[in-house]
Amino acid sequence: MSKQINVALIGNPNTGKTSVFNALTGLNQKVGNYPGITVEKKEGVCKLPRGVKAHIIDLPGTYSLNASSLDENVVIELLLNKNDKDYPDVAVVVSDVENLKRNLLIFTQIKDLEIPTILAINMSDRMKYKGISLDIDYLEEQLQTKIALISTRKNDGIDRLKELIANYRDLSVSACLDPSEIDKPYFDALRKAFPNQLIYKLWLVITQDVNFGKTDRKEIDAIASFKTKTSGDLKRLQQRETIKRYQFINNVLKKGKTIDVTQAKDLRAKLDKVLTHKVWGYLIFFFILLLIFQAIYDWSSVPMDFIDETFAALSEWVKNTLPSGAFTNLLAEGIIAGLGGIVIFIPQIAFLFLFISVLEESGYMSRVVFLMDNIMKRFGLSGKSVVPLISGTACAIPAIMATRNIESWKERLITILVTPFTTCSARLPVYLIIISLVIPEGRFLGLSYQALTLMLLYLLGFVSAVVSAYILNKILKIKSKSFFVVEMPNYKLPLFKNVALTVIEKTKSFVFGAGKIILAISIILWFLASYGPGDNFNKAEDIVTKANVSNNLSDEALQQKIASHKLKHSFIGIAGHAIEPAIRPLGYDWKIGIAIVSSFAAREVFVGTLATIYSVGNDDEDTIKNRMAKETNPVLGGPLFTLASGISLLLFYAFAMQCMSTLAIVKRETNSWKWPVYQLVIMTAIAYITALIAFQLLK
Amino acid sequence: MQHTIAHLKRGERAVITDVSSKNIPLKLLEMGCLPGNFVELIQLAPFQDPMYLNINGSHVAIRKETASYILIEKITHE
Repeated sequence: MSKQINVALIGNPNTGKTSVFNALTGLNQKVGNYPGITVEKKEGVCKLPRGVKAHIIDLPGTYSLNASSLDENVVIELLLNKNDKDYPDVAVVVSDVENLKRNLLIFTQIKDLEIPTILAINMSDRMKYKGISLDIDYLEEQLQTKIALISTRKNDGIDRLKELIANYRDLSVSACLDPSEIDKPYFDALRKAFPNQLIYKLWLVITQDVNFGKTDRKEIDAIASFKTKTSGDLKRLQQRETIKRYQFINNVLKKGKTIDVTQAKDLRAKLDKVLTHKVWGYLIFFFILLLIFQAIYDWSSVPMDFIDETFAALSEWVKNTLPSGAFTNLLAEGIIAGLGGIVIFIPQIAFLFLFISVLEESGYMSRVVFLMDNIMKRFGLSGKSVVPLISGTACAIPAIMATRNIESWKERLITILVTPFTTCSARLPVYLIIISLVIPEGRFLGLSYQALTLMLLYLLGFVSAVVSAYILNKILKIKSKSFFVVEMPNYKLPLFKNVALTVIEKTKSFVFGAGKIILAISIILWFLASYGPGDNFNKAEDIVTKANVSNNLSDEALQQKIASHKLKHSFIGIAGHAIEPAIRPLGYDWKIGIAIVSSFAAREVFVGTLATIYSVGNDDEDTIKNRMAKETNPVLGGPLFTLASGISLLLFYAFAMQCMSTLAIVKRETNSWKWPVYQLVIMTAIAYITALIAFQLLK
Repeated sequence: MQHTIAHLKRGERAVITDVSSKNIPLKLLEMGCLPGNFVELIQLAPFQDPMYLNINGSHVAIRKETASYILIEKITHE
C-alpha cells in the first residue's frame, strides 16, 4: 500500500463542497470526464500532516444515494464498487450549517455502507447571524463520527479536517439505521439469500439502476434478481427508509442543534422579497443581463484592440526578421494569424464566465429559475431551462449537460434541441467583427449602437430558442410527468477563489479545445491558399505580367495583381468559386464562402479563416478588421461588407448549426443520431432562408 | 375540506399530514417533505405558480400541481 489515501467529497448541492475541494487542493487539481459519460470528474492532491498524501475526488452533488440522474449515478457506482481504483478509504460529507438536517440523510446512508465517514460542517461563519449553536461532542457521539466545523470563507477548520482525514483509521464504521426497521421479513430473507454481503449494499443494488463494470456484473445480477416485491412496493420501502432516517436525525438534532431565533438576522428574506418580486424581480434580472452585454462589448474592447495589434505587429516582425521562404510565410500568415484569432477572444469569454459563475455562486440563478418557470412552462420548457439557455451564451456543450437536472424528459429534450440557438461565445467573434464593420458608431441612451445590436442578436437567439420550443412542444408526442423541484440556496458573496478558478478553467478549455481546431484549420487553409494546381497558379507571374504589359503598372500594383491571381487559382480559390453560386444570393463572395464552410467545424474559425485568407499575399502590417474593410464586392463593386451583407451574415450565424462538438454532445445526451441530424438540417435551412431574405431586402 | 400546500397563502404555516407518494418525486421527500414536518409559503411567482416554500428548513420551489398532492393542516393563530 502506498501512503496515498483516497478521499471522496460527498454532499448536497450548494453546500460549498467545491470550496472545500478548492481549499484542500488549491491549484493541484484537474478536471476531466468519467469515461464514456460527460459527467465532470474533479480530482486533486492534498498534503496532510506527517507527510501523508491524499487523492481527493469531488463527487457530483446529490441529496441521497437514490440516484435519479447520471451525475448521481456516478456517486453510487463508486461507493458500491470496492474494486474501483478511486474507492474511498474515507468519505467526507460536506454539509452547510443551516441545512444540517437534510445533509445528514446522505451522511447516514454512506455510513451504513461501512465506509469511514467524516462530517464537515461548512459555513460556520454564518452561525452567529442565524443564532445557531451546535453541541459538537454530543453530535460526534450520537453519529459515531468525527466532525470538522469549517468555514471556507474564513479559511477556518481546514487543518482540523486534514488531521481527521489523516487519522481516518480511528473512525467508527457502525451503522446508523438497522434495515430491519424498514421491513423485517423482507430484510431477513435478503440476509439469508446473501449471507456474506453487507445488507445495506444489497438493498441499494436492488433499488438502484446502476451500471457496473464487467468484473462485478455476475454478482450484481444475482443480487438484482432477488425480486420478491413489486417496484411499487420497493418505492414504498424507500420512502419508509427516508422517514426512518429522518426520525433518527431529528432525534439527534433535537439536543445537538439549537437555534435562537431572536439572534437570527434574516438577510435572505429581505433579499428574496425584492429579487423574487413580480415586478422588481424581472426588472433586476433584465438589468443584470444588460450589464453583462455592456461588459462583453464595451469593457473588453481595450484588451482586445491591444491583442489584435500585437499579433499584427508580431506577424510583421516575423516576416521582416526571419529569412523569407515557405516556413516564414507559414509562421506569419498561417500560425500567428490563426493564433491571434483565438487569443483575441479571451477577454470576452473570461467576462462571460465571470458573470455566469458569480450568478451561480451567489445563489441568484435559482431565483431566476423560480421567476421564469411559469413563462417557460407555456413554451414546453422548465424554469430550469433558463440555466442552460443562459450558460448557452458561453457554450452550448456545458449548457446541454446542464439540462440533466430537468426532471421531465420532454422538457429536457426540448431544452437540448433549442439551446444551440442561444448566442454562444463562438458566435461572438463573428458578430463582433461584422458589427464593427457595418454598424455605425453612436450612442442611444448611453448605450452604443453596436452594443445594442449585439444585445438584439442575443435576444434573437433567445427568442428563436423559445419559439422553436413552443413549436416542438406542439409537435413532439412524448408523455412524461413534469416534476419540478428546485432548491433555493442561501445568498452568498461569491468566493473570489472559486470564481477565479472557474474562469481560468473554462477559458483555458476554450483556448486549448477550440484553439487546437482553429490552429489546425488555419494551417490547412494556408497550404490550400498558398498552393494550386496547373499553370494558372504556378506561372501566375508570367501570365499577369504579359496581360498587363501595355498597362504600364507600378511594381507594387503588379505584385498585388499577381497575388490576387494566385489566390484565385489556388486550391482554396477553386473550391471557393465552386460554392460561390450558392452563397452569392446571400451577398457573400467566395472568401466568405470558405470561411463559412470551415465554420462547420466550429464557428469561431470564421475570423481566423478570413485572417489567414486575407493575409496570404498581403504584405502590409494591418489588423484583420482593416483588411476586411478593404475588401470589395466583385459583382456590385463598393465594399464587400455592407449593411446588407453584414446583416445577412449575422443572421446566418445566428441560426446555423455549425458546431460538431455540440452535435456530438446532443447525440450522447439523447442517445440517438436522430436529434442532432434534425438540428443540423433544420437550423441550417432556417439560416440560409433568413440570410437570403435579409440581403435581398436590404441591398 | 382537505387542504393541500396549493391552498396556502403567503406567510402561512402548516403541518404536513400526508403525501401522495405516487405523484411527488422522492427527491422532495429527501428534502424533508414528510408527514409531521412543517411547511411555510414564502413567495409565489406570478400566476401563483411555482410556489417557493420552506419545508422543514429546506427552501425549495415546486409547481402548484405537485403542491396539490401534499396534504396539510393549517396552523391557526388564536
